[in-house]
Amino acid sequence: MSVPPYRAVLFAGLAFALALPLLAGVLGLDYAVGIATRILILALAGIGLNLILGFGGMVSFGHAAFFGLGAYTVAILSHHDMTGEAFATWPFEIGGTVAAILAWPLAMAVCALAALVIGAISLRTGGLSFIMITLAFAQMLFFFFVSLETYGGDDGLSLLARSSAGPLDLHDPAQFYFLVLAIVLLALAVTARWSRARFGLALQGIRDNERRMRALGFATTRTKLAAFVISGAIVGLAGALMANHTEFVSPSFLSWQRSGEILAIVVLGGLGTVFGPVVGAVVFFVLEEVLSQWTQHWMIVFGPLLVLAVLFAKQGLWGLAAQKLARHD
Amino acid sequence: MIEPLLSLDGLTKSYGAVVACNGAGLQIAPGEAHAVIGPNGAGKTTLIGMVAGELRPDSGWIKFAGRDITRLPVQDRPALGLARSFQITSVFPRFSALDNVALAVQAQAGGNFGSWRDARQDADLRAPALACLERVGLGARAEIPARVLAHGEQRQLELAMVLASKPRLVLLDEPTAGMGREDSARMVALLAGLRGEVAMLLVEHDMDAVFALAERISVMLGGRVIATGTPAEIRADVQVRRAYLGEDGAEPC
Amino acid sequence: MLLILEQVLNGLQLGVMLFLLAAGLTLVLGIMNLVNLAHGSLYMVGAFIAASAAQWTGSFLLGLLIALPAAALVGIAVEVIALRNLYERDHLDQVLATFGLILFFNEAVAMIWGPRALFIDPPSWLSGAVEILPGVPYPAFRLAILGIGLAVAGFLYWLVARTRLGMTIRAGASNREMAGALGIDIKRLYTLVFGLGAMLAALAGVMAGPIYAVEAGMGEQILIPAFVVVVIGGIGSIRGALAGAVLVGIADTLGRAFLPGIIGAFLGPAAASGAGAALASMAIYILMAAVLIWRPRGLFPAHG
Repeated sequence: MSVPPYRAVLFAGLAFALALPLLAGVLGLDYAVGIATRILILALAGIGLNLILGFGGMVSFGHAAFFGLGAYTVAILSHHDMTGEAFATWPFEIGGTVAAILAWPLAMAVCALAALVIGAISLRTGGLSFIMITLAFAQMLFFFFVSLETYGGDDGLSLLARSSAGPLDLHDPAQFYFLVLAIVLLALAVTARWSRARFGLALQGIRDNERRMRALGFATTRTKLAAFVISGAIVGLAGALMANHTEFVSPSFLSWQRSGEILAIVVLGGLGTVFGPVVGAVVFFVLEEVLSQWTQHWMIVFGPLLVLAVLFAKQGLWGLAAQKLARHD
Repeated sequence: MIEPLLSLDGLTKSYGAVVACNGAGLQIAPGEAHAVIGPNGAGKTTLIGMVAGELRPDSGWIKFAGRDITRLPVQDRPALGLARSFQITSVFPRFSALDNVALAVQAQAGGNFGSWRDARQDADLRAPALACLERVGLGARAEIPARVLAHGEQRQLELAMVLASKPRLVLLDEPTAGMGREDSARMVALLAGLRGEVAMLLVEHDMDAVFALAERISVMLGGRVIATGTPAEIRADVQVRRAYLGEDGAEPC
Repeated sequence: MLLILEQVLNGLQLGVMLFLLAAGLTLVLGIMNLVNLAHGSLYMVGAFIAASAAQWTGSFLLGLLIALPAAALVGIAVEVIALRNLYERDHLDQVLATFGLILFFNEAVAMIWGPRALFIDPPSWLSGAVEILPGVPYPAFRLAILGIGLAVAGFLYWLVARTRLGMTIRAGASNREMAGALGIDIKRLYTLVFGLGAMLAALAGVMAGPIYAVEAGMGEQILIPAFVVVVIGGIGSIRGALAGAVLVGIADTLGRAFLPGIIGAFLGPAAASGAGAALASMAIYILMAAVLIWRPRGLFPAHG
């Protein structure tokens, strides 16, 4: 029995991800679990952005907005849980919470709602205007949180504790890691399924030729908006996880550099490929890790590398690899 | 005359100072193959654009199957049975031929959101799509990516996508544009096979194709329809000969 | 009333600076169809070179005269090495690659000049104030910025609308192949336009020196508003860039000056520092969203 190389690589990756906490423990590299968690969270943000960028051809330069909104939702709820003050008293009293089962879906809902509003306005435009208006909305929210003195303003807001998740103890690095891994795997499965279902095909058709899709009778704007909302919610969940990971949120979660980073992760990995964002996130952080050990000015190397990657590795790393592997299938 | 399937009346569209269409009107009966001819700049493409819904007329109205569709959005027209093909080949290059047609079937079926099934394994989409491909003679090329198909084949694929939306009227914008003699003849034969089953509104420069296909012809000049009639009537029409066919004896391209 | 006049002048002055950046951006976008996020880096490079040169020569004017051609050279180098290969790519590739260039330039500047902010002294003959109305002083340097900016706007309008070079630029913008067939050397034209844009950005950077801090990352603080200007004005339109720049400059300045007070008057001082300040810094983005809802292609769409 032979396993096709494409699958073999995926299984090897999965096995490595599952064994990582154990390996790290044995090798005495306990901090690696934290780094891996961080990589997975950014991969999740990439998976969310890839849905509209890779499959839908919508270049959003403002997805950090949803990352930050998700993170702030968790942090603000936790803040109110600590102080005991209600978050809102009208129309009914809303208190704080640290329960993941409440806070995380709420973070996704807040982001979905924000994405609905932002998407409904932004999708009226296209091309450069779309890039810029998504950036503008992210900047708006960025400055909103900068001025929001109640929740730390510029200085950000610390979480007293990570979310509580039933029997799991999220303060245990391995347990938190496995929870994040499970969420990422679920998101990958959903993407894989969706990209081949009617919705995914319609989205890819719109990416390739929207005018033709309309002429065929597709309600293209509605399809794009639905994808935008789902994408926002996934990135929001990534933000909620990141707030838990760093136990701190600040307006920099919503900065335009962060939006650029998520874009870079998706493109480096491979646009419109299911596993691309994971590969992109791994490469991004391994590069950062390696380069920053070499020099504190690692950006001076990373910047030109990014330019070269755009110029010469258009399909992204996973795109290239998948092609090579498929040839041996 | 029977109740027309499509009737256009007083359609006017201008771009700034340029009047592309100036009160154009015509009627097409169910199943009728109707060609619109005229020199470049006569307003043919603008007319098609307005019927397809991509352009909004400044004035006038469009009635289809007894319903006023003048202001109906593009994407809502195929559901009524109004489909179009594009002048510039407009298929989805990364998808296979069958995927292309399956998308058209999916549009017809409506509802993209509910299903989690792999759409490429979905017989509800694949079977009708394959039938349409076979009808245009591409059955054997179903799994080939559209970008690899020859130009003539891509035009056949266009036609299959149009058929997949089960239209009552097809708008054909220069279906033989850029084709060699052989491909062109095959396309004309395919379209001839649709006569009586589907109404066609055809814009075409190739006069051989027009006279081979059309049951009635409208001649446009300066944004107006100056004559409508059977091919024989149009050939005989003095006004048309003088204004259009007669100028240098050949069809303008 | 006088305060309003002063703030309107401040707004115009910010608008003029934004215009200098937006003009380059919109030319490059309209003609080469290139989104250049690294345009702000040229502004920053211009400011840093001017700061060093002014310190070294002791003269603001000499600093300016050295910085402009130097920045144009940097711009041309960037175009030839990297951006030239991006013209045929989609916006996404351009955004990412020029994002990479921003990272490079910010780090390079920090390495060369260190992490601390520099300041440029305005020339002594412009360091005082001028009475614009009896009893109303206004800094002479800011007035000079205004004058220079308006002169540049006039010059650009003349260049694009009336000269042979401008005709060539417009021919290149509307049809690449056609311009090529007419014997216009597109490659050289593009490089030239890019150098011009870089020089305008550097001019803005030098003039920003005495007002804002010269530091790594300063480019992006003005780049994003400059893009807002381009989108509001309509991509590719110099006229639109000027109108958009004035709108954005005034909206931003007046918003910051008066919104907290207005909100405070209705909702109390706590709201003034919170909601008022937030709204003020969001003002230009709200303006942009509003304009795009009203006219999705901007105020002066350049093509068709």
